[in-house]
Amino acid sequence: MQALSQILAITAVNVRSIPQRLGSSIVAIVGIAGVVVVFVAVLSIAQGFRAAMTTAGDPRTAIVMRAGTDSELSSILMREHTQLVKDAPGLAQGPDGPVASAELFVIVNHPKRSTGSDANVPLRGVEPGAFAVRPRLRMVEGRPFQPGRNEIIVGRAAAGQFTGLEVGRDVRWGENVWKVVGVFEADGAISESEIWCDARVLQGAYRRGDSFQSVYVQLEREDGLEAFKAALAADPRLNVMAQRETDYLAEQSTVLQTIIRTIGFVIAGLMGIGAVFGAINTMYNAVASRTREIATLRALGFGALSIVASVMAESAVLALIGGIAGGLLAWGVFDGYRTSTMNFQSFSQVAFAFRVTPALLVQGLACALVMGFLGGILPAIRAARLPIVNALREL
Amino acid sequence: MKYLHLVWRGLLRRKLRTLFTALSIFIAFLLFGALMALRVAFGMGVDLAGQDRLVMIQKVSFIQPLPLSYMNRIAATPGVSGVTHSSWFGGIYQDPKNFFAQFAVDPESWLAMYPEYVLPDAQKQAWFADRTGAVVGRALADRFGWKVGDRVPLRGTIWRTADDAPWTFTIDGIYEAGTKGTDTTQFFFHYAYFNETRTFGKDLTGWYVVRVADPRQSEDVAARLDALFANSSSETKTSTEKAFVQAFAKQIGDIGSILMAILAAVLFTILLVAANTMAQAVRERTNELAIMKTLGFGDGQLLGLVLMESVMLAVIGGGAGLLVAWLITQQGDPTGGLLPAFFLPTRDLVLGVGLIVALGIAAGLLPAWQAGRLRIVDALRRQG
Repeated sequence: MQALSQILAITAVNVRSIPQRLGSSIVAIVGIAGVVVVFVAVLSIAQGFRAAMTTAGDPRTAIVMRAGTDSELSSILMREHTQLVKDAPGLAQGPDGPVASAELFVIVNHPKRSTGSDANVPLRGVEPGAFAVRPRLRMVEGRPFQPGRNEIIVGRAAAGQFTGLEVGRDVRWGENVWKVVGVFEADGAISESEIWCDARVLQGAYRRGDSFQSVYVQLEREDGLEAFKAALAADPRLNVMAQRETDYLAEQSTVLQTIIRTIGFVIAGLMGIGAVFGAINTMYNAVASRTREIATLRALGFGALSIVASVMAESAVLALIGGIAGGLLAWGVFDGYRTSTMNFQSFSQVAFAFRVTPALLVQGLACALVMGFLGGILPAIRAARLPIVNALREL
Repeated sequence: MKYLHLVWRGLLRRKLRTLFTALSIFIAFLLFGALMALRVAFGMGVDLAGQDRLVMIQKVSFIQPLPLSYMNRIAATPGVSGVTHSSWFGGIYQDPKNFFAQFAVDPESWLAMYPEYVLPDAQKQAWFADRTGAVVGRALADRFGWKVGDRVPLRGTIWRTADDAPWTFTIDGIYEAGTKGTDTTQFFFHYAYFNETRTFGKDLTGWYVVRVADPRQSEDVAARLDALFANSSSETKTSTEKAFVQAFAKQIGDIGSILMAILAAVLFTILLVAANTMAQAVRERTNELAIMKTLGFGDGQLLGLVLMESVMLAVIGGGAGLLVAWLITQQGDPTGGLLPAFFLPTRDLVLGVGLIVALGIAAGLLPAWQAGRLRIVDALRRQG
């Protein structure tokens, strides 16, 4: 009990004296805040990208592609195969038969707003069932395209990242002119990065014959994937594989996520080490400038533990201030920042927003406290071990 | 230089503090090196692109193929001194995670177009003669332990053989990097074999690479080539290799510039830390400096001494950091094939050295100026 009141008393004195050592305290705070900004900002990129790739979300949606392919881009299915997939047992039934959409996925060159240079924009040809398969998708502007016509609808994120995709405008890719007739949203999912049109029109425009690349289906039951897979495997006319859409997208996002996370952790880690050195210096200074005070306290009967605890507490306070400042800065600057980047697995653009989540902020703060602890521990021990007599004599 | 010893003793005055300051500068320049290498990597090696090479892709989308018949018409175009073509294969070796780039090319014209892929003559001839042969980059060969003569099966994801068996290639050669940063993670094989074995898409190719006789005319030649195929079923878009790589790199987006902003923040933070430490070191020594003045050291000399101490600290810490960063980037791409152009350019090394000196001067300037202006009497009277 006595130790606790001692700790509190000395800590209060220490913390109140921080303004006197403002210069070096600010250095420690800035250093720690810097690390937290870097840490939170870089991971918010990975977080936002992951969110865009995985919020497609409906566990009943599955995607069927040719066996052995790693992305829609490299898959090929002929119409008769897509028909067999749609007739397989286990699919949800809508008013017009199975809830499914055979789709064709290509990439078109289209200029990006931010750089003005061409980027690979995903263009997806879909069947009327596409909306039923993706229940969260809805038109927010204009109307859906009419089958058989050169009309496109664009995802909200794509409309923001690429030029000239407003409703009513015409865009030209090669020999084809397309009219933008609507904009759709999908709760921030990857579909919002895409442009959609009628699959049959796209087949003609890209000379794909009567071929598709994938079939999106809605399963009758959430746990129906295994049975559906088995039914497809049992059909000798088919050589396809089925995956849950969420699994497929998670797989598609691994490469970029790994790169971002690795870079983020390495930079933040290295910088963290640098900031700890800064904090150590600051705390050593704090101890050195109060050598006589500390010795006096010891002579008065304050315990070594109280001294250690008070130095650590000061370090923690500095770290906390730095951590909060860094977190707020990262949140203010980066949260919601919209950008797009290329997903290496599909060679096409994914538009997404950085996401500074509460969990990231907590992690950043935890990081800051660890740095404060590491920065304080050596100086604290040194303070506690000062020989009282020598210290009192010191100028 | 006769004061070197004095400066050194100054640094050793508070060993721990000097050590920690040097370590934080070390970290700063380690990061600097790593970020500069990343910048090159995210730029996809724009600086390495050939000055005299053009890339021709299908106008609407680079995933759309071009007819093989364009080859002769391109070669016959005025201003063109060479042409070759390449097709993306996208096969899987053992596991989809083992990603590396594979291309079907026309061997002789391909190697003539890219002199930076250096291959012994015997291996070249062997490859030309072997229809199912392939050449691979050094980094790729090392990654999988491949030797010349090994047989490598690839499972096609886009392109299939008639019976869907794996494609099998014999490694006829391993190419080395002719210039710094050359991508040695690629796999090249015969287009002829590819074209006759695949089940669809025959006589189409992915893109053309064109050499222009005079690099100053590349814009004109590009325009001429695109005009040649305008209004055909496969219109083309031709640009210099540099512009092509740049456009590709831009697609990765703002992430590169965000990294650069982070670097600036890091350097600024470290500068603060170092400057603060230097200032403290001088303040503590006010008495000493006053005594030195009494002994006859001039203002300029004191200023120089303090500045030298600061620069020395920066050089020790920063130099070591830069050296370690250089050693690390010598290992090449840390991601295993995703960032092939990962190295620290000499230009950035020089920039780093300049920054180190600038940091030392900036951090030492204020305390050095204060030291130079000390009045002896005041300084001697002051306690601590």
